[in-house]
Parts: sequence; C-alpha cells; structure tokens
Amino acid sequence: MDFKLSDEQRMLEETVGRLVRDGYPFDVREKARTSELGYSTDMWQQFAELGLLGVPFAEDFGGFNGGGPELMVVAEGFGRGLVLEPYLATVVLGGTLINALASDAQKETLISAIIGGELRLALAAYEPQGRYDHTQVATRADKQGDGYVISGQKAVVLHGDSADKLVVIARTSGGDNDRDGLSAFVVDAGAEGVSRRGYPTIDGLHAAEITFDKAAGERLGEEGKAIDALEKTLALGIVALCAEATGAMEVACDQTLAYIKERQQFGVPIGKFQALQHRMVEMRMELEKARSMTILAACSLEAAPALRAKRVAAAKALIGKSGRKVAEEAIQLHGGMGMMEETAVSHYAKRIVMIDHQLGDLGYHMQQLEGLLDVDDDAA
Amino acid sequence: MDINYTPEELAFRNEVRAFLDEKLPKDIASKVKNSQHLGKEDTIRWQKILNEQGWMALHWPKEYGGTGWSPIQKHIFEEECAEYGAPTVLPFGVNMVAPVIIKFGTEEQKKTYLPSILNSDVWWCQGYSEPGAGSDLAGLKTKAVREGDHYVVNGQKTWTTLGQHADWIFCLVRTDPNAKKQEGISFLLIDMQTPGITVRPLITLDGEHEVNEVFFDDVKVPVENLVGEENKGWTCAKYLLTFERTGIAGVGQSKAALKHLKEVAAKVQQNGKPLIEDPLFRNRLADVEMELMALEMTNLRTVAAAQAGGVPGAESSFLKIMGTELRQEITDLFRRAAGPYAQPFLPETFEADYGGDMVGPDFANTVSAKYFNMRKLSIFGGSNEIQKNIIAKMILGL
Repeated sequence: MDFKLSDEQRMLEETVGRLVRDGYPFDVREKARTSELGYSTDMWQQFAELGLLGVPFAEDFGGFNGGGPELMVVAEGFGRGLVLEPYLATVVLGGTLINALASDAQKETLISAIIGGELRLALAAYEPQGRYDHTQVATRADKQGDGYVISGQKAVVLHGDSADKLVVIARTSGGDNDRDGLSAFVVDAGAEGVSRRGYPTIDGLHAAEITFDKAAGERLGEEGKAIDALEKTLALGIVALCAEATGAMEVACDQTLAYIKERQQFGVPIGKFQALQHRMVEMRMELEKARSMTILAACSLEAAPALRAKRVAAAKALIGKSGRKVAEEAIQLHGGMGMMEETAVSHYAKRIVMIDHQLGDLGYHMQQLEGLLDVDDDAA
Repeated sequence: MDINYTPEELAFRNEVRAFLDEKLPKDIASKVKNSQHLGKEDTIRWQKILNEQGWMALHWPKEYGGTGWSPIQKHIFEEECAEYGAPTVLPFGVNMVAPVIIKFGTEEQKKTYLPSILNSDVWWCQGYSEPGAGSDLAGLKTKAVREGDHYVVNGQKTWTTLGQHADWIFCLVRTDPNAKKQEGISFLLIDMQTPGITVRPLITLDGEHEVNEVFFDDVKVPVENLVGEENKGWTCAKYLLTFERTGIAGVGQSKAALKHLKEVAAKVQQNGKPLIEDPLFRNRLADVEMELMALEMTNLRTVAAAQAGGVPGAESSFLKIMGTELRQEITDLFRRAAGPYAQPFLPETFEADYGGDMVGPDFANTVSAKYFNMRKLSIFGGSNEIQKNIIAKMILGL
C-alpha cells in the first residue's frame, strides 16, 4: 500500500500545476469563457506541446501510457484552475473509446491527431429520454454500402458544439434498452445529416443537442459489441470528473478559509465564530472523503468488472453528495460575495454542482451501488 | 500509487487470521457479534491470549514487550480483530497509562507497572473527567496536597469507565491552585484499595453499569506515584491525546457491524419481501457502504502517512468524527431493521447464558440498547464538537 505519486506522476502534476498557475488566472479564464468558442485554442495547443493530450494513449503514438492515477493527477490540476478546454470530451471520453475499439489504421490517424491537438472530439452517447442510462439508445445505425448511416438524437453532448468529429453510440441491433447491440462510430461533425444546437452550460462550458439524420459514420470495432469498451471509458470519465471535482473543491475550501480569516464583522474576522469554524471543518472533511474516493476509483479501473463498477459508482455518488455540501457552504460562508459572478468561488461552486449532472448523478449512482452491495473487496 | 497490500503485508494478514481462527474463543466472539454482555473475565481471558502471543502491546517499543509493528501492520491487526469479533482491548492500561509511564516515568515505575499491564493482571481506569470538567478538562478541581512523602487527594472524578473492576486509577489532579489552569496539574497513579476512595455506579440510559463516580476523601498517595514532574501533568495528558490513534476510525467495527446488518436485513420480512430489498432501507445501506469506503480510504491514507514517518496529529480528529458518526448510523439501521421489536427491553436476554424465550427476532433484543449506548461515541474521547475545534485551530489556523 502506497499513496505516494511516482516520479512520472509527480512530473505530470507539476506540469499541470504550473500551467494552471501561470496560464489560468481568473481574468484570463473569464475572457476565454465569454468568447464565442468558450475556451482558448492557444491553451489547447499548449496542452499538446506539453504532451497532456497523450496521457492515456500508447507510447507508439506519442502518448504517456497513463492509467487512472495519471488521469486523476491531470484532472485534479484542471479542477483547481476550472479549465474550460475540451479535455474530458476529447481525450478521456472520445479518445479512450477510439483507443479501445479502433483498428490500428484508424488509431494511426485519429489518436495521433488527438495527441497533436489537431482533433477535438465529443462523445455522443446519452439521449433525451435516457437521462444517465447509457444503455438506453434509440439512435440507430444501418448498413449502407461500405459504411453506415446514423439517425437519432443525442442529449447535452459535452463540447459537441465545437468538436471536429463525434464519437457516436448507436444501435445496430436489439431494442431501445438492450445492453447488446450497441456500436460506436466516428462521424464528421460537419457531415451532411448532422445538425447541432450548441449552447453554454451554467458552469461555463459548452454542450450541444445533436440530431443525426442518415449521417454517414465509420464503425469502430466489432458491430454490436461496444458496451464493454463504452463502460470502461465511462468509468475512466468518472474518475476524471471525480478528480476534477476534488481539485475544484480544494480551491473552494481554500478560498473560503481565506475569506473567513479576512472578512471582519462585529470587530473580528468571521472565522473566529465557532458556528462558521465548524462548517469550515465539515467542508474540509467532505474534501478529504472526496479525495479518498477518487483515489479508490482511480486505482480500481483494472479490478474485476463488478468491483470496479461498485467503487466507481460509490465514488461518483460520494462526489455528488460531498460536492454539493462544499459548493453550498462555500457560497454561504462568502455571504453576499458568494452570490457574485465576479467572485471566483461562485464559478467553482457551479462547476462542482454541475459535475453531479455528468455521467450519472448521486441518485443514479446510488442505485448502481444498491445493486452491487454484495460485491466484496476480494471479488474476482 | 497502489491501494493494495504488498505480498508481505498480505502474508502478515494471513498470520493474523490464522491466529484469530485458532485462538479467539468462539464464545467470546459470539458475544461480541450479538452485542451480548462481556464480563471482566472475558476481556482478561482474551488479553492474556494476546499477551502469550506477544501481541498485547501494539504501540509500545519492542524493548518493553511491544510488537514493534509498523503502522500498517497495526492497522491490519486491529481491522482483523474487529472483523473476527475479538473484544476491544481495554485501553486504559496498555494504551493510555503505559505509554505515559514509558515516556515520562522512572525506571522504578516502569518495572513496577508495565509487566502487570502486559499480562492483564492489573485493571486500570481513567480519572480525568469531573462533574465540572468535561470538554474543559483543564478546569479540574480534584486537589492533591503534598504532605511529607505523600499527597493527600480530595475531590471527585466521574464517567470512570469500568471503574467498578479497577485495581488502579490514573488521575489528573491539581497540585498548584494558584498557577494558570493547565500549569498546576499533575499525573498521579492511585491504588483503588487506598482508604478514602468510594466508587459509585452511574446507570446509563440503556440500563447499563459501565461508568462510575469515584470520590476521594483524604486519600494518601505515595510521592513515588507521581509520573513526570509535579505540575507538568498536562504534558502527559496532551501526549496521550495525540498518541497512536490509528484505530480511532473503527473501520473494522463498522465493517463487521454492516456485514451483520446485511445478514439480518436479508432475513427480516417486510411487505412479504426481505427488508434488504426495500428501496428506502437499501438506499440507506448503500449510503453507509459508500461512507464506509470513504472512511476506510481516508484511514489508510493516514496510516500510510504514519508509515512514511509522519506523525498523525489533528488528522485523527477527522477520523474520530467520521468513524463515530458512521458507527452510530449503523446502530440506527439495526433499530429500523427490528421494527416494532425494537421496543421490548429485556436486559436478562443480553446474557449469553440466557436460556429463556426471546421476544421477537433474536437479533432485535439488543438493538435499541446498543443504539442508545452508542450515543456515547460522539461524546467521549473529546466530543465531536471539540474535535472540530481542534481541526479549526490546528489544521485551519482559525
């Protein structure tokens, strides 16, 4: 048992830390957030130059060959800076699914382009009626000539508005709620039959409703067999979200602590009041739990599927519960200032709370966990 | 980064499991699991078995008969003991007064007191709290006045856990009434047989006699029973508060209790189905499971930090709060599982040798008493509010 980062992991942490410290002050982020794109392409190029876009990919393609702990380190750093760029959408979700399913030839083109910063992706998996259930897929893909045509609708696709290509989950067989019969496709975002309605999200990111009407798609992997790879990718995405939340919660705690030490009322810093001290302690306790569960999930991605599923669900559920508490308390302890758009902590609170709405919320993951209560630590 | 035990650590765990399989008396483990009464002789029988194995004093240096184990080994041992239903080792001798004697005592004191603690021949209790000194411990008033070669002690201690069995008591007493609160306190060892000591039972809300009041009326204590310097007793008390608290999270106890709770909830029927399939109950079970996973990882992070040479300080306050709240939550779920049969109160059924009929399901007879008894967890050992004060001050700098 060892919780220390390896030398490589520490280097990664320092790289991300420096980037966020130097390149991501609040006013710079605000400028990028309020731009039409919603993030900075210059920053994206810096990610590429620093090798960050290759973290989960094989060294053959110029990647870092990282797993859960490496992505955790990166995402936690991004959470501290509330990074806007489509790292989760491109590298973690779209990228690792391609990496798991694609042929060598496909990977040669696509993975290299991701690592080089030339290809931004979005994962179009969830649908309007399915909420957080990735197996409820009504979108269908039908064979046509050498390829497929895809028709259906995808909901709140993270960074779907600016992606160059979409990784689409569509049904090639079975009923709308079957686990089997799901396939993955790469679709050009600008292809005929793809219409996107992009919009900003309340936490400063962007997403899109996407409709496919006989849009041409290139299949990834075997027909109808995408579910295992998809679930592995979603698990990795959850680890990244948990880590991002942990980083953001840490900053929300730090900023709140600094504020209550400085803000004076009744002639003393308000941090002298026990009612506020205890609330601050509870925030820190939630942060510690969040960090613990993120580590547990990050280190369990290679565990037996049921055990992985249990720990990942528990981690995401806990982040939903703890994150809400930290976000609400951060605003409350900042008083009126916590309500202001100009106060950084309000942006942290918004991101932390919205993370609960990505890849399954507290309720969804509690239900998953309820189904896995009998799985113990020695499960194989 | 690796959350799994190393092969060496796993081998150690197997050694512990083999020992518990072979040596933990089944009758004692059954009492622990079913929350039946444990007698003084049960505790002593188990502690003597531990001592024969050389595993009684986890936290002592090896030269005094301690295990010399690493923080991870201690953690594994404590966790396995809890999961097997071994009784909690009585902390007052081996984990409280002994470390103070080892750190601050004379060679003579070490020779006099340590061997009998190791072999559980002497039962110790703790004389800290007073009617007017709870969370504000330094406000204690019990006086010790030096007269020749002894002190004369007058005053009252309270919440003295299992003091009714005790041979000796370690006390914080005021030796300088004019000094500042913390500075006039001394650490005294007192033989409970000394004339002038009266022990009176305090009956708790669950009908139990677990705690006592101890009165001191002109009790003569030899000067050589002072540990450390006169008026420096607060240093001893503080040392104890930060001393080795890896087990404070009670992860093993919670795991064992949760496992038992799941078994019970699978048997109890509600609306023609096992209670464990009831959505509300299952949701609360899942919540406990999730919180327990978070607690276990947080505990392991603290243990690993100690292993790497860090000194667990105020971090153990986090673990105390999280761990006690969770254990209390589990007792609440046991009460829910019992349903209407949480109400009957038949203390005679708490005895392992009770041969009569039960009222309601077997597990239900103790759940409410245990629920109320476990309210103590967030009060003793520094209430959870005091723990928050400690974190606010020591970690947050407020």
